[in-house]
Amino acid sequence: MTIGVESGPPKVPLLRDPKLRGLVIQILLCVALAGLVYYLVRAAAANLERSHMASGFGFWNQPAGFDISQSLIDYSSSTSTYGRAFWVGLLNTLLVACIGIVLATIVGFLIGIGRLSSNWLVARLATGYVHLVRNVPLLLQLLFWYSMVLTALPDFRDSVHLPGGGFLSNRGLFLPAPELGGAGPVVMAALLIGIAGVIALALTARRKWLDGRVAAGLGVLLVLALPLAAFVASGGTWTIDYPQMSRFGMRGGMELLPELVALVAALVIYTGAFIAETVRAGIMAVPRGQSEAALALGLSRPLTLRRVIIPQAMRVIIPPLTSQYLNLTKNSSLAVAIGYPDLVQIFTGTVLNQTGQAVEIVAITMAVYLAISLFTALLMNIYNARMAVRER
Amino acid sequence: MTTLDASSVTTTGGAAFVRRAPAPELAPPFASTGWLGWLRANLFATPFNAVLTVLTILLLAWIVPPTIRFLLIDAVWTGGDRQACLATAARPDVGACWAFVRAHLAYFTYGSYPISGRWRVDVFFALLAFGMAWLLWIDAPRRGLGALYFFGLFPILSFFLLYGLPPLGLPVVDTSLWGGMLVTVVVASVGIVVSLPLGILLALGRRSHMPAVQGLSVIFIEFVRGVPLITVLFMASVMLPLFVPPAWAPDKLIRALVGVALFASAYMAEVVRAGLQAVPRGQWEAAAALNLGYWQTLRLVVLPQALRVTIPNIVNTYVALFKDTTLVFFVGIFDFLRTIETARANPTWATPVTSASGYAFAALVYFLCCYSMSRYATGIERRLAVGDRR
Repeated sequence: MTIGVESGPPKVPLLRDPKLRGLVIQILLCVALAGLVYYLVRAAAANLERSHMASGFGFWNQPAGFDISQSLIDYSSSTSTYGRAFWVGLLNTLLVACIGIVLATIVGFLIGIGRLSSNWLVARLATGYVHLVRNVPLLLQLLFWYSMVLTALPDFRDSVHLPGGGFLSNRGLFLPAPELGGAGPVVMAALLIGIAGVIALALTARRKWLDGRVAAGLGVLLVLALPLAAFVASGGTWTIDYPQMSRFGMRGGMELLPELVALVAALVIYTGAFIAETVRAGIMAVPRGQSEAALALGLSRPLTLRRVIIPQAMRVIIPPLTSQYLNLTKNSSLAVAIGYPDLVQIFTGTVLNQTGQAVEIVAITMAVYLAISLFTALLMNIYNARMAVRER
Repeated sequence: MTTLDASSVTTTGGAAFVRRAPAPELAPPFASTGWLGWLRANLFATPFNAVLTVLTILLLAWIVPPTIRFLLIDAVWTGGDRQACLATAARPDVGACWAFVRAHLAYFTYGSYPISGRWRVDVFFALLAFGMAWLLWIDAPRRGLGALYFFGLFPILSFFLLYGLPPLGLPVVDTSLWGGMLVTVVVASVGIVVSLPLGILLALGRRSHMPAVQGLSVIFIEFVRGVPLITVLFMASVMLPLFVPPAWAPDKLIRALVGVALFASAYMAEVVRAGLQAVPRGQWEAAAALNLGYWQTLRLVVLPQALRVTIPNIVNTYVALFKDTTLVFFVGIFDFLRTIETARANPTWATPVTSASGYAFAALVYFLCCYSMSRYATGIERRLAVGDRR
């Protein structure tokens, strides 16, 4: 018997060559996909033409002609365009997301730590909260809170007069608004510069040249004193715009919509329960020996929590926490159920109904959420790279 | 700790009293055992804890009694219309109007499905329960056959059962008449039946070595996961009709089902990917050494192991999907929550407590469904963990 010694790679029949097969499969897939896209675009174009619908983004600069109940930038139904309405909706979405994220983090950490509390009653209560909230759909909770807020508040005609010139009714909370006149933009700019400064401080705070307490003081100074200085420097005159009650509604002042309150409440309560679970998982991931070692060193319980447990737990908590933040932002689109003017309600609701340009409008809306998600994912990757444990 | 040796004590002599038997054990101090000890250890361990306990009790006292009064004590259980649930001089406090829920129970379950055909819905629920029990009971016999039933036979059977098959004497029921729990269950089930195979394919695509396959899978998964479900549903409901000739325009329910199925697939793909990653490399290599091809390796070696550890997460995805089905509300479909919203506006039953009663009932139903499924997932997880602990 002789044993053949093979030289070179084994001969494979052409049909079974993995490289060739992979290539063929990929080419077939791409061709099929391109064909599908081509067919869909053709069909859509034909259908659009048949129904005489406009296409393209020409509607962006057309006058909108509808009212929006809450707007952070100047907007009027008679002069503003659909493009302006888009920005109003986007800012309203971001507003809800920002308030919601801050409050949900607080609620989530309190409940998450509460679930691990040695206090039996607190632990049980926190567990019950998490189970109850996580197993009921957010939309149902939203509708529930909205109907609660509306029933709890008095009718518009019986508005409650708050001390200081505010009004509270089921149309919202109306408060006196400070008017800075010409100084407004300058103060705003100063505030933004202050916030940027604090972020820069936080990024460099790991360097040794600055003590932590000094850095914190400097941060407060930047955020508070800089705008104040700008305000004094630019004249320092201000008036207060009081809300006026008229027969048809409220004029002047600033307004907090009941829809906003209900939406934020529902999002915070719902997301808080999910954040609580990530916090609990993060704390449980810190080995027991760490807290025992800290206690052995004579650190008190609160100090152990603050200096030993939480810094280590944060590394585990932050990635899922960000995805909860994203979920909250995406879930804020449920605002359409109660009529809070967010991006989806204004854009895929009113603007879509008025222009009928479904493809463009849905595409823009999806692109916005996608951009927010990808941007957050990018930040997350940078953070993870910085925080990863340097292993030997 | 030290025991007296009685014999050694007596031999020393001269002692007036010699204990020959151990003294009876004293009960531990009452303050550290018993209910008082439990209270001290668990509720009043430190001053801070004591304050917390008191605050929690106050909170509970503020929330729980009124809730119980509303849901049970003051509730109205019987009645034919709104008069039963209105406050009167004799009964100033009216709780939940369960009579309203009772009157609409059939509507909440079947929507506007024709009364003569409701047995078909009941049979559908039974078929679904049978399939789910087969798949979720881990020790059930012939689970492969169960999977074939659930993902192959059951969808076809249900379609003809619910939609109709005139030759067999089942008249066609238009999907616009479907509603209530039926639609919620249909949407969630279609989501799971479609998303599991599609999710497995996408997860395999994402782990593939072919750049085109991998890239397309990643783009699809990240795109769908990056946008809210509500925009996917809007896309399905306004854009799908554009892509087909007008005569074939799919009805509302089909459009929503397409949207939900695509959405669920992307999430399922990530769940399955986690399961695939849990299968050690050695398994692939061993299969290759046995001369198994790619699909054989998957079918006989990898997927059985990957899907087994994934069951809890699949169930959790199903829970999330079950909750997310409420969003079909926005594309004009009468799911369970929408029927409650509709019934709550019914003038025959318009009272101040109708809304709260409807919401309370909906919350109870969703909670029972989702909570039992998550408990199941936790149980399985614990059981699988036992198997892994060697």
